[in-house]
Amino acid sequence: MTSTPIETDGGTLVASSKNVSAPSLRVDGVTAAELDARGVYAWFGDRLVLEDVNLVMERTKVTALIGPSGCGKSTFLRILNRMHEIVPSASLAGAVDLDGENVYDPSQRAATIRRHIGMVFQRPNPFPAMSVRENVLSGLRFNRIRSKFKDEIVEEALSKAGLWSEVKDRLKDPGGGLSGGQQQRLCIARALAVKPAVLLMDEPCSALDPGSTLRIEQTIQEIADEVTVVIVTHNMQQAQRVSHNTAFFLAQDGNPGFIVESGTTDQIFDHPVDPRTADYVHGRFG
Amino acid sequence: MTAIDENLRIEDELQEQPPPAPLKIPRFRPKEFKFSDALVFFLTALSAFCIVWILFAQLTLLNGALGFVLLWIPLFLLMYWFVNRQLFTRQVAVDRLIGAIVSLGAGIMMLPLVLLTVFVFQRGLATFSWHALTSTQQGVVYTSKTNNIGGVAHALVGTLEQVAIASILGIPAAILTAVFINEVGGRFTKSVRTVVTAMSGTPAIVAGVFIYSVWVTRFSYSGFAGALALAVILLPTVTRGTEEVLKVVHNDLREASIALAAPEWRTVWSVVLPTARSGLITSMLLGVAVSIGETAPLIMTIFGNQVMNTNPFSQPQMALSLLSYKQIKLPIQSQIDLGYTSALVLFILVFTVFILARLLGGNWKRSSGGRRSVLSFVRWTPGSALEPIENSEKGMSEDDFNSHRD
Repeated sequence: MTSTPIETDGGTLVASSKNVSAPSLRVDGVTAAELDARGVYAWFGDRLVLEDVNLVMERTKVTALIGPSGCGKSTFLRILNRMHEIVPSASLAGAVDLDGENVYDPSQRAATIRRHIGMVFQRPNPFPAMSVRENVLSGLRFNRIRSKFKDEIVEEALSKAGLWSEVKDRLKDPGGGLSGGQQQRLCIARALAVKPAVLLMDEPCSALDPGSTLRIEQTIQEIADEVTVVIVTHNMQQAQRVSHNTAFFLAQDGNPGFIVESGTTDQIFDHPVDPRTADYVHGRFG
Repeated sequence: MTAIDENLRIEDELQEQPPPAPLKIPRFRPKEFKFSDALVFFLTALSAFCIVWILFAQLTLLNGALGFVLLWIPLFLLMYWFVNRQLFTRQVAVDRLIGAIVSLGAGIMMLPLVLLTVFVFQRGLATFSWHALTSTQQGVVYTSKTNNIGGVAHALVGTLEQVAIASILGIPAAILTAVFINEVGGRFTKSVRTVVTAMSGTPAIVAGVFIYSVWVTRFSYSGFAGALALAVILLPTVTRGTEEVLKVVHNDLREASIALAAPEWRTVWSVVLPTARSGLITSMLLGVAVSIGETAPLIMTIFGNQVMNTNPFSQPQMALSLLSYKQIKLPIQSQIDLGYTSALVLFILVFTVFILARLLGGNWKRSSGGRRSVLSFVRWTPGSALEPIENSEKGMSEDDFNSHRD
């Protein structure tokens, strides 16, 4: 087993990750990975929305992306797991390395990348036609991963998402019947069940109440030692609470977004170098 | 970290508190259309009726049902507005007036349907019997004195076989087309959609002529040729219905599926189609119901037959719609009676499919869940007279698709 999360064998996943046999969430050979965005530009049509973004998202650390609305945080996040390209008018430049391998290398399949880099969206979106259990296992099903330990995978993923105790008697109920906060944790469990190396979260708590937000923040901290987390948030306190590193994005007067400053969360919030960062984290604009 | 734990603990404790004991408080529903409101409605309608009657029968020499109704409705609306103004306020009166107008519109739309149903049942039931359902026209001699009108069994078998074949051919193709237009896309999306729209506007007789020239002239009249023509009708209907249903599936779900590394076909098969399941069934069955009732495409393809032919692949067949069409034009009463019997069976068959569509579509349970009167339109909703009160009459159960919305 290599430690490289992207294992390609003629364009398909190698057998080891196809036949998941261990009840553990971790698969041998797949560990939390480091993401390194190098010189990323993004366009929608002819409009440049991101300009020369360079950011290292460290292994087993939580990286928060902060900044005002419309500064390209979500676009950047979607570039990391190749979700940007499903928008018909979208194009990009630059490279994203997942443990040293460029996810935009022509030999990489987008689906393989997305299996290793999971995503949680702003609005909870469990599949309404599936039960809670089926939702958790949907990623395995989509990737034709067979396992004898489905019950264990469901329990472990839901436990990690902090939802197991609430839904263990309702696994057969439709996923859409849960409350908003529970739905979002179900989406986290669904993303974790395929054992990603990186988990991207696009404002995962913006539609949720404070109690659910707290539970999700707790989940983020629990999973951070196994999976690299990148989280977009508008909530300064949340960024401070959950993240180790922070990157501050800004787009001014219709210009494309860029990173003003990045570093450890303590440094960004307590000793920002750039005055614009200081203004933003102290709530003076944005 | 510890702060989060502490907060979670507090929240857990809050959740564990026992629910408060139920209190006996007089309850009311602000939007409820109460018995007294219904009474006002009916009594006003009755008063208006009486006034018009006095005007027509006692004071003047006017007569005629149309004039009566044309006078009755405006008078009722005026009185209804006035009564509500006296009982409540001007705003309530306006709201209820508009509600009553909308209800009347719905009622007027229902009228032809009710009349049609009554007519078909009246004419059809007179000669309807188990014998008529299970026998054919084989050996029946129609005279002015005959009581034996024969039966529709051959036509029923023909219709069922033709529609079944048409469905097998048309529905998968229609769903694939809709999936192509809505999910796959690409350069040909627009042209395919245009073709489907043009097809749905094609006169049914043209479908019959088409199949006649490419199939019947080469082989022979058969139920299968009829099924081909019906499939031409069914295809655009189901495609457009399915497309509408797929559009309602929220894009969030497709993105979620893609983010879980699902291939495109997986996203369609495991996420989009199951999410749209109830709407899909509805659109399929509506397509089937439409093709059951089609006559024009069958005239030149199945030809018609008086005896039982269970083989749809050779020899002419009969269909219920074609049997009605042929019999009702004939001179002898018993022949015409068979036409109406056939129409009744056809009506029941189509109605069954519609009911099935509602049941399987999953909308039926929900809309019958709450008690709802025919007059629910007339309910007073504070400050929002023109706002639709309920969307219970949506064809598709949008709730299913939007249930993930919080």
